[in-house]
Amino acid sequence: MKKRDVSTATDSKYRPARPFNREEFDRIRRILGGKVLFVQGDSAVSYGALLAGCRFFAGYPITPATETGEVLSQLLPRVGGVCIQMEDEIASVGAIIGASRAGTKAMTATSGPGFSLMQENIGYAAMTETPCVIVDVQRSGPSTGQPTEGAQGDIMQAKWGSHGDYELIALSPSTVQECLDLTIDAFNLSEKYSIPVILLTDGIIGHMREKVVLPEFDDVEIVWRKEPTRPKDEFQPFTDDGSQIPEVAIFGEGYHTYITGLTHSESGYPATDSQPDHHRLVKRLCDKIRNNRDKIIRVQRDYSDGGAGATGIVSYGVTSRSVNSAVKTLRQEGLKVDHLRIITNWPFPEKEVDELAGRVDRIIVPELNLGQVYHCVKEAAAGKAEIVPLWKTGGEMHVPRGIVELVKGRG
Amino acid sequence: MSEPRHRLMDFVREEIMPHRFCSGCGCGTVLNAFTNAVEGIGLDSAKMVCVSGIGCSSWIPSPYFKSDTLHTTHGRPIAFATGVKVMRPDLTVVVIAGDGDVAGIGGNHLIHAARRNIDLSVFMVNNMIYGMTGGQVAPTTPAGVKTTTTPHRNVEPAFKVADLVVAAGASYVARWTTYHVFPLLESMQNAMSRKGFSFIEIMSQCPENYGRRIGLRTGIDFLRQFKEKAIRVDKARGMTEEELEDRIVIGKLCDVERPEYVTELQKVTAEQVDLLRAEKEKVD
Repeated sequence: MKKRDVSTATDSKYRPARPFNREEFDRIRRILGGKVLFVQGDSAVSYGALLAGCRFFAGYPITPATETGEVLSQLLPRVGGVCIQMEDEIASVGAIIGASRAGTKAMTATSGPGFSLMQENIGYAAMTETPCVIVDVQRSGPSTGQPTEGAQGDIMQAKWGSHGDYELIALSPSTVQECLDLTIDAFNLSEKYSIPVILLTDGIIGHMREKVVLPEFDDVEIVWRKEPTRPKDEFQPFTDDGSQIPEVAIFGEGYHTYITGLTHSESGYPATDSQPDHHRLVKRLCDKIRNNRDKIIRVQRDYSDGGAGATGIVSYGVTSRSVNSAVKTLRQEGLKVDHLRIITNWPFPEKEVDELAGRVDRIIVPELNLGQVYHCVKEAAAGKAEIVPLWKTGGEMHVPRGIVELVKGRG
Repeated sequence: MSEPRHRLMDFVREEIMPHRFCSGCGCGTVLNAFTNAVEGIGLDSAKMVCVSGIGCSSWIPSPYFKSDTLHTTHGRPIAFATGVKVMRPDLTVVVIAGDGDVAGIGGNHLIHAARRNIDLSVFMVNNMIYGMTGGQVAPTTPAGVKTTTTPHRNVEPAFKVADLVVAAGASYVARWTTYHVFPLLESMQNAMSRKGFSFIEIMSQCPENYGRRIGLRTGIDFLRQFKEKAIRVDKARGMTEEELEDRIVIGKLCDVERPEYVTELQKVTAEQVDLLRAEKEKVD
């Protein structure tokens, strides 16, 4: 019998994601079977995760996110990774944090009810600066709501869901291709800034099938966390080297790392009764994102030549599809419309919205909820333009005609 | 001349000593037994990950034991430990946490980890009370006891946690007390040396927030009671439930070989990798 020459995730010498080279990337592309695929959003997320170097998935079944776990349970063992089903969503985030600290890129996927359960350990990941990716395939809530329908009701929860002050990054894809691309980005951002990153898809994109082109190795950047450079006895897990982003020591390498959700000093040890330590820590957790907002935030501007009477539309996620169509119709009819598509929901692109507010008389904010990003836009525009909400719930997308009518004043 | 150094100080994070346990607390005894157990079987602490939750006994490994340490959210250490162990099966992963953490808020994680028979050692320190928050009733508090949240009396029966873990499918389960230090130490060594899910319920004392309510003011009072109430599992086998009321059954409750979770996952991975290679060779 031929000797096994393929190292597995469970081989102690195996570093699941660190040496991520062209050969490994191309191997994954081959396993995914071809350059152009026709898949649903949930599958595209799984493919993006594999290409980004994710080698551990822990999840709990929930509509409309289940397919991501199903696809990864097929494919992860084939690439030397592990996919497990936990007893609930709380345990799922716990397990991916454990796996991440053990040196693996790790992900979970869920929908609203599960996302609510996950908030406890998302806060822990933010506090302990553990890289991980959480996919929320949004469905209508509150509570069990409409399991099989899409929605955009978790935007605020993604930012404010756990208690206390922290910042994280949330991305909103509006196509199946973007489900793949932004999953890779989500991993990169989580590794770069040592934080949990939320991918906010929804039941519509999650189950929609579209063409996906797999990227080439040279087209993408694959980021790995900053590992310790100092000698082991001098290492402190939460030292700020000026970048505000700590080095991440991996378990089992002799750093005796101490990780806690308690307020901790740079040594990692609890400092729960120290006001300066708490303030310094939480301020840094927020500043490492806020100070890098220009590098993190991505938007897509589709602007007219501006001038008096122009209308702005701010959209994100699946709703951008309806807006794209409406903008096309409106321009054919000679109306001036500026479309700002938000890709990075958190940190919120305030500057970009402010810039738009300076160009137009009013901004329409269509979304599949009863007013979430509307409030952010209103705050960012600070009275420079009138902010008009367009709300819809119940699981159906905005119809382009509804947006067209509103812009033309007949909404 | 330099001060003589205790041989176990290599296993302790000296820089944050002295510890914060109350006088008479059982956590120090458990830390002592644990460090001795680790040294005794020659474990390298750099190849250990200790995972704990929230509560006094979670402080035994975190921060006092010097290994990689993950001090998690309340009730969730076994879930975090699962992620660590699955990706790094070469490391010895130990969970030390309290009864409120492991059997109360985290009870579901406990039974599923036992069912999977994942290679973790879980040492649950059972002081029969929520001590850190000041003495509230726990799932392990005996019926009839007055606590700050059962000021009249506790009407719930106490959870027999070790028995639950046996039923859930663990490989190795034992129960000891802080009086039975040497058998406890040996049991910890067995737990950490063998494959599969190992669970030790360690009956421990909280004179400060439990003892004072039941008339046991010092740690010694508790140890005396543990000694009197303890009954070996082989002796207990022939006794009725009434006879065992108010007794602590000590010893090894189960020691069986069952397929281990991570090993089984490894097999699936190996099969799939082989299958993929075979497919590729066919194409080539």
